[in-house]
Amino acid sequence: MRRSSRRPSEGAQAALSLGFTTAYLSAIVILPIAALVWASRADGVGSFWEVASSPEAVAALKLSLGAALVVAAVNALLGTITAWVLVRDEFHGKQFVNALIDLPFALPTIVAGLTLLALYGPSSPVGISIAFTRTAIVAALLFVTLPFVVRTVQPVLLELDRETEEAARSLGAGELRVFRSIILPNILPGILSGVALAFARAVGEIGALVLISGNLPFKTEVASVFVFNHIQSGDQAGAAAVAVVMLLISFGILLAIGGVRFLATRHERA
Amino acid sequence: MPRSASRYGLRFVALGYLLVVLIAPLAMVFWRAFDKGGDHLWQSLSDPNTVHAFKLTLIIAAIAVPLNTIFGIICGLAIVRQRFPGAGIVNAIVDLPLAISPVVVGLSLFLLFGRTGWFGPWFQHHGIQMLFALPSMVIATIFVSLPFVAREVVPTLREIGDEQEQAARTLGAGAWTTFWRITLPAIRWAVIYGVVLTTARCLGEYGAVAVVSGHIEGQTETATLRVQDAYENFDLPGAYGISLVLAVISVLVLVAMTLLKPKESSP
Repeated sequence: MRRSSRRPSEGAQAALSLGFTTAYLSAIVILPIAALVWASRADGVGSFWEVASSPEAVAALKLSLGAALVVAAVNALLGTITAWVLVRDEFHGKQFVNALIDLPFALPTIVAGLTLLALYGPSSPVGISIAFTRTAIVAALLFVTLPFVVRTVQPVLLELDRETEEAARSLGAGELRVFRSIILPNILPGILSGVALAFARAVGEIGALVLISGNLPFKTEVASVFVFNHIQSGDQAGAAAVAVVMLLISFGILLAIGGVRFLATRHERA
Repeated sequence: MPRSASRYGLRFVALGYLLVVLIAPLAMVFWRAFDKGGDHLWQSLSDPNTVHAFKLTLIIAAIAVPLNTIFGIICGLAIVRQRFPGAGIVNAIVDLPLAISPVVVGLSLFLLFGRTGWFGPWFQHHGIQMLFALPSMVIATIFVSLPFVAREVVPTLREIGDEQEQAARTLGAGAWTTFWRITLPAIRWAVIYGVVLTTARCLGEYGAVAVVSGHIEGQTETATLRVQDAYENFDLPGAYGISLVLAVISVLVLVAMTLLKPKESSP
């Protein structure tokens, strides 16, 4: 592929990189998803809807969405506070704590589930037993989603111009007012996209939940575990129907994140 | 002083939260793994099926990480350097694995390579075992760990701009030379950081691999699947032993991430 003149090689390089990217994404991502969507409609839209709205499927989807909402709300609040403390506060070991935030990204989720079970399960050394309850599901999801909001808010807070805040304070604004009128509008896009990512992760999580949730249908069976159990028992139609609903939720969340990004950068584009 | 009171309050809330949700569980793995002493731990780790599970995890990572690294770099270059219609769509598709449940990924591959799937009959006819075997486990792992290198490379490529690349081209360097001498050195920390994240995800993947692997002990069981298997068979020392190894690896990943981060922001 050695060539003498510059122009054609640039064209060839562009075509190659674009072709490779498209081919790889099609083979790995698009094709399997297309197969799933195709399989879910194999017996007709009516039957898809019937399966997806069966009581067990609805209960699982409701539980996943409900738990994800709780987890998103907790993350919005505590994630923002954590990011704030990591940026604006000074204390010994801050670097260590900062590094630890990414632990849930590094630790296999099944290990996270096992250790939460050891800590807050039947043989808990601290005397808290929440295993096989919905509280356990929320706790496990809080662990795996912890970094999202912290890591989207932190860089914005770091870059925030503190002179505006000082000006507001010298004009007599209280701390709450400064936060509400100056800081919050700046970090809100970060909070929202972090919350959306955390929500997506919470809806789809399985590894951290299989051991600790108990997986009781109608009680502690989340959507991902429903899909898994129905694949195992050979009910591909049921699994595919719920999986497609989860897929639609994922698409919705990605669209929402795109929307937030679009709105947040509209000043830069204007 | 209300300001310092609220500061301590916030610090207390944040650190307390991290202690309950993050630090205590991590400490628990180490404590439980050494509960019955080092000999016991070693014994449970040298179980042939456990050794095989770790080997399989490493093999899968050894295939998935290089492929996703090459893809991430090329995809980053395509998105940032070539202004083509649909770049936004490519960008969105790269993000998909972050938003899709691993179980949904597993089921998709299951349907693709199953007996009645699009490609199932073809592979079966040619005697290639896809499901419940290494190929589908590798593809599942590639899927879930696909975005990490690309996500790191894209912003870095945008930041460095293409002036140096243009200069090299003007001086007569070919596309290949420009890539090796200018582009790659400029993005190397982003690539390495992405590789660390990809590796962590590959070693730790559970959901997608659990669906397509079939959980065959000593054959298609990865380290994470082995943790579940050991736990459900009441082999707690085994489960905690494997977890300990995986936790140590993830702590090493954290150390690597911490060391790499500052270099990335001040090249």
